[in-house]
Amino acid sequence: MAKGDPGVTSRGRRAAPRSRKGATGDPQLVQLLTADGERIESATGPDGTEYRVDFTDEEYRGLYRDLVLVRKLDAEATALQRQGELGLWASLLGQEAAQVGSGRALRTQDMAFPTYREHGVLYCRGIDPIMPLGLFRGVDQGGWDPNEFKFNMYTIVIGAQTLHATGYAMGVHMDGKTGTEDGEAVIAYFGDGATSQGDVNEAFVWASVFNAPLVFFCQNNQYAISEPLERQTRVPLYQRAGGFGFPGVRVDGNDVLASYAVTRHALDNARLGQGPSLIEAYTYRMGAHTTSDDPTRYRIASEVEAWQAKDPIARMKAFLEKQQIADADFFAAVDEQARTESVHLRERVLDMPNPEPVTMFDHVYPNGSPELDEQRAQFSRYMESFEGSAH
Amino acid sequence: MATETLTLGKALNTGLRRALENDPKVVIMGEDVGKLGGVFRITDGLQKDFGDQRVIDTPLAESGIIGTAVGLAIRGYRPVCEIQFDGFVYPAYDQIVSQVAKMHYRSQGKVRIPMVIRIPFGGGIGAVEHHSESPEAYFAHTAGLKVVSCANPQDAYSMIQQAIASDDPIVFLEPKRRYWEKGPVELDAPLDAAYPLHSARVVRPGADATVLAYGPMVRTCLDAATAAAEDGRELEVIDLRTLSPLDLGTAYESVKRTGRCVVVHEAPGNLGLGSEIAARITEECFYSLESPVLRVTGFDTPYPASRVEEEYLPDLDRVLDAVDRTFGW
Repeated sequence: MAKGDPGVTSRGRRAAPRSRKGATGDPQLVQLLTADGERIESATGPDGTEYRVDFTDEEYRGLYRDLVLVRKLDAEATALQRQGELGLWASLLGQEAAQVGSGRALRTQDMAFPTYREHGVLYCRGIDPIMPLGLFRGVDQGGWDPNEFKFNMYTIVIGAQTLHATGYAMGVHMDGKTGTEDGEAVIAYFGDGATSQGDVNEAFVWASVFNAPLVFFCQNNQYAISEPLERQTRVPLYQRAGGFGFPGVRVDGNDVLASYAVTRHALDNARLGQGPSLIEAYTYRMGAHTTSDDPTRYRIASEVEAWQAKDPIARMKAFLEKQQIADADFFAAVDEQARTESVHLRERVLDMPNPEPVTMFDHVYPNGSPELDEQRAQFSRYMESFEGSAH
Repeated sequence: MATETLTLGKALNTGLRRALENDPKVVIMGEDVGKLGGVFRITDGLQKDFGDQRVIDTPLAESGIIGTAVGLAIRGYRPVCEIQFDGFVYPAYDQIVSQVAKMHYRSQGKVRIPMVIRIPFGGGIGAVEHHSESPEAYFAHTAGLKVVSCANPQDAYSMIQQAIASDDPIVFLEPKRRYWEKGPVELDAPLDAAYPLHSARVVRPGADATVLAYGPMVRTCLDAATAAAEDGRELEVIDLRTLSPLDLGTAYESVKRTGRCVVVHEAPGNLGLGSEIAARITEECFYSLESPVLRVTGFDTPYPASRVEEEYLPDLDRVLDAVDRTFGW
């Protein structure tokens, strides 16, 4: 799919929306593709916004390719961790549609602030998937230039990045980069657990009162490590937006089309100067929180199976097949591409060199520190004292 | 060259004004910094002259102030954040320690957070609880942050501008009880010619004992030195100015001459700046010392009720008592 500007129309409020209720039976859920791969023409959000997409066949195939690729690369990273090549991995398994849909909805000029699980968004930004693996291998701390990629560094402290996104969005506003169709928008990713954090609630307040061009994109994957959603909230998360004075919408996060449509609509509202909004992408973390976690201790198999039936890739594939948008050769080619890219990723991870110990002293301060220079010199002398020794 | 007599608070205000004039990316943000001019009036008149997009009244959320300032910095701004009182900085502690301090390191130098966090600190103003604390050790202990404190109007004027111009994130501690003390300020001197930001300075020479202080205690120690001189004892008083990194070369040189050293701060003594300074001076000046390095500090209690703060805070007599003890060792 072209990264430029795939078609979507969000036609705002309509007197008589022709929408169908989501197939989950949840009237609050914006859905454009059912779990069985049935297309829904349009869906209506809680404020009456009508959501629809208008993709070409090539764009539909492109979304499918993205979904398969990010799942495969993610699986490869999990395997690398199991083999001791990564210290840790936070898998996105099950959340591909929320990430690809929202990631593809970003325009080139938009800025994203991820957590530590947004590998799919990163991929859709056109960033080399090797980039975050240094962090998880322990050879660096995930240090890329946010402004080069329009994608901030991963943030592990829960919710902290929502304030960074808000400040960045305030800066966009102050730079006069809102109010037109080619304005800039910002997206902040976070999870259901993060909604309990003070920082996230402060970000809601700030974005609201400063009318920041910001989309809060909450992937509600139902669990904060072991704690279920009920431990974080008594109301649907998207409804919290109302208390802060901006719109909220819940989208089927396993539906890449709906995820795209609501995100594109919210981003465009933001860039036009209409302020922030909250998207709750309703999804499920099919795997563990991270490779250090054991989800069998806190959730039952039948629940996982029920969500398995809502798989984001299976429904897209069913849709492409039913509509004869893609054939077996296409699916085989995508699988082959995914295999090739994951092998390539693996090879490059194994080639990542360990940093020289003395580099731990680098970059503590832009202007350096005489004290630290002295520590570095002492450390270097100490290390040199071992040269030629068996130890 | 225009030299004016200004209070320390007005010197800060004038320095902030210069910074806003000199760089359109400088923004001031904090609680009540706009129309009110801050509870201590340090930002008085700035919003009126620079607008509410350069001098931003924020919601009442300290983590929000620092966290959004991080985002503004990534966007290319140079935020100057005011924390209203020392005791209110802790809600922002995570953002300061985990985000502000580490962004440059984590990004291998690709992200700079040229932020100044201004905190009025210390006691002596008869305030209620949470308004008189000295949190410098928390920040000086954190790699990635620099910490400075001004002690006189001239330094207030130049150091705030130097801190804003620096790409390092800097916690800027303002001795609130000295806001109203006056001194000469050279307003037209170029910033390049100002005394370096991260350098200590001898503020009174003396041959008999070295006294190290910063922020509000510099005045106290100068007064102690005046009193000591009447008794025929010359104290060398050094204003440390920079708490992280410490600049102890001046102190080492001094202690090697005097053989005696007293470190003074309002913050509690346990694991305070004085502990680190005493350790380093002992390492560097061991054979010159006539007595151990002594500390005169606040006690290891929460900051007490204001009616007893005079007894809690180091004062002239406690400083002189410590100096006497270095001679009686």
